[in-house]
Amino acid sequence: MLKYIIRRLLGFVPTLFVIATVVFFLIRLAPGGPFDAERNVSDEVLRNLEAYYRLDAPLHEQYFRYLWDVLHGDLGPSFEKPSRTVSEWIAYRFPVSLELGLYGLAVALVLGLCAGITASLRPNTLTDHVPMTFAMAGICIPNFVLGPLLVLALSIHLGWLPVSGWEYPEDKILPAITLGVPYAAYIARLSRGGMLEVLSQDFIRTARAKGLSEARVVLRHALRGGIQPVVAFLGPATAGLITGSFVVENIFQIPGLGSEFVGAALHRDYTMILGTVLFFAALILLFNLLVDLAQAWLDPRVRYE
Amino acid sequence: MPLLDVHELTTHFHTREGVVRAVNGVSFRVEPGETIGIVGESGSGKTVASLSLLGLIPSPPGRIEKGTAVFDGVDLLACGAQTLRSIRGRAISMIFQDPMTALNPFMRIGDQLMEPLRVHEGVSRREARAQAAEMLRLVGIQDGARNLDAWPHEFSGGMRQRVMIAMALITRPHLLIADEPTTALDVTIQAQILELLARLQRELGMAVILITHDLGVVARVCRRLYVMYAGQVMESASTDELFARPQHPYTEALLQSLPSTHVKGEPLHTIPGLPPDLIAPIAGCPFAPRCAKATDRCGRGTPALQEIAPGRATACFRVQDGEL
Repeated sequence: MLKYIIRRLLGFVPTLFVIATVVFFLIRLAPGGPFDAERNVSDEVLRNLEAYYRLDAPLHEQYFRYLWDVLHGDLGPSFEKPSRTVSEWIAYRFPVSLELGLYGLAVALVLGLCAGITASLRPNTLTDHVPMTFAMAGICIPNFVLGPLLVLALSIHLGWLPVSGWEYPEDKILPAITLGVPYAAYIARLSRGGMLEVLSQDFIRTARAKGLSEARVVLRHALRGGIQPVVAFLGPATAGLITGSFVVENIFQIPGLGSEFVGAALHRDYTMILGTVLFFAALILLFNLLVDLAQAWLDPRVRYE
Repeated sequence: MPLLDVHELTTHFHTREGVVRAVNGVSFRVEPGETIGIVGESGSGKTVASLSLLGLIPSPPGRIEKGTAVFDGVDLLACGAQTLRSIRGRAISMIFQDPMTALNPFMRIGDQLMEPLRVHEGVSRREARAQAAEMLRLVGIQDGARNLDAWPHEFSGGMRQRVMIAMALITRPHLLIADEPTTALDVTIQAQILELLARLQRELGMAVILITHDLGVVARVCRRLYVMYAGQVMESASTDELFARPQHPYTEALLQSLPSTHVKGEPLHTIPGLPPDLIAPIAGCPFAPRCAKATDRCGRGTPALQEIAPGRATACFRVQDGEL
């Protein structure tokens, strides 16, 4: 088990290396440079800047020196916001995104599982169609529509919740809902499908023939297999949720990593883009590993020897 | 007094294509401690009939249209879900055809074995575990205590069917319904499982309903037989009588189709045609279109199962009229 985990973790290295390489050259292919937005910069200052950030060196040299630094845990200085290094920026912004992401995840799991499991118990009846219609709507409505609609209804008209901000507990409700609802919709559909699949299996009939209550049949016999598709989805979903959503962070003025990432791309902040991409990639790899471990725990047949 | 008295059981499936009349007025009874067999081809309604008794028909689309099934003074078809649940797995247990899929792959063998005890009798976990290990030993799985922690996928098909039997019998039921318990197993394992069932039936004194399409299986273990066709009982008799002197033309044709009665070099005997489509309403005897002895009469009105001699009944006009 431990050996398996270590092997998977070592497998991260080549993946991250490939990602770093591709992104390093891709962003340099994009038109424009980090200092194009600065006005009235004399050639001398520009040369100094480029020398400071090593942009005057040949490309391959820049590349190898960057990799060397990354291997030593240094993601470099930010071009756009030089007051902090990239690592410091991530450490500063990520906790906000993590917090919001975890709230969003909670919303997604609670809403999604309740709706999906309820729907699966009486397929093709009203208790199936109603939650599934909402799930379809949740998937179709983008969060840049859902967020402002929620603000309009709950904040501006009813005055129940703040319009934006990230300070008090009540600030966090609308962003969490906006972020979580699309994921809840996917989870509802996945858990419904998974539960329907399991509930039609022979061993469920066996469980009923043993005289178990319907609640016990569903919770003890069906749930474990039925949520497998949800667990598989949770790996990339969690990584996506906690690394911050540019849209949600912008709607609600939240100082998270998502808006930082998009800002870096707009400003050709090379090191910042590379740093955040590598950070996201590492998180996705990590959560996929966690999902595989969770699946092995849930299903004894796939346990890794 | 019979342990189970089923009268006019009728189960239909209301599908989009129409009403499938899977079981049409089936009656049979089981005395305490006896083994009866229900035989018939695939689709003759024998499995649906047994699932109906325990309320395990998927509904919708399935619906029990009429009939009674009195077990121990309680009508299983009318007693309501709560009562039925307290009977299932405690007084009446059931084992199924395919042991590879009938056990929950996500639960340890022991947890599945203990469940009926824990749910019905509120037995402590420790005590249930001891009984489960003992039950495994009884069905021939040695080292029961260690195997309680095994997962179903670690067991072979025969072992899993033994586990299913142990699970069904752990509450010492009065009636066991075994639906094709050996069909999915290798021939050598089939004999072992049948012997095991017969031994446990004697030791625990329970009654058994054995549902199968395999006449060789019922001949070995059943005292009385019911032959089903197209959702109806065609003939009932003691096993010896039925094999020695089949009365209904369907039973006769079925016995002739046994490869063991076949003369070497001759083509194998088969019954011409196919069983009827149960969606289309059947006028007359359901077997008439395939019956070599059918007359005009057989197409008019469905023959009811009638006693023709003590302990023997048949649903054939011509036999009832003494013509055959």
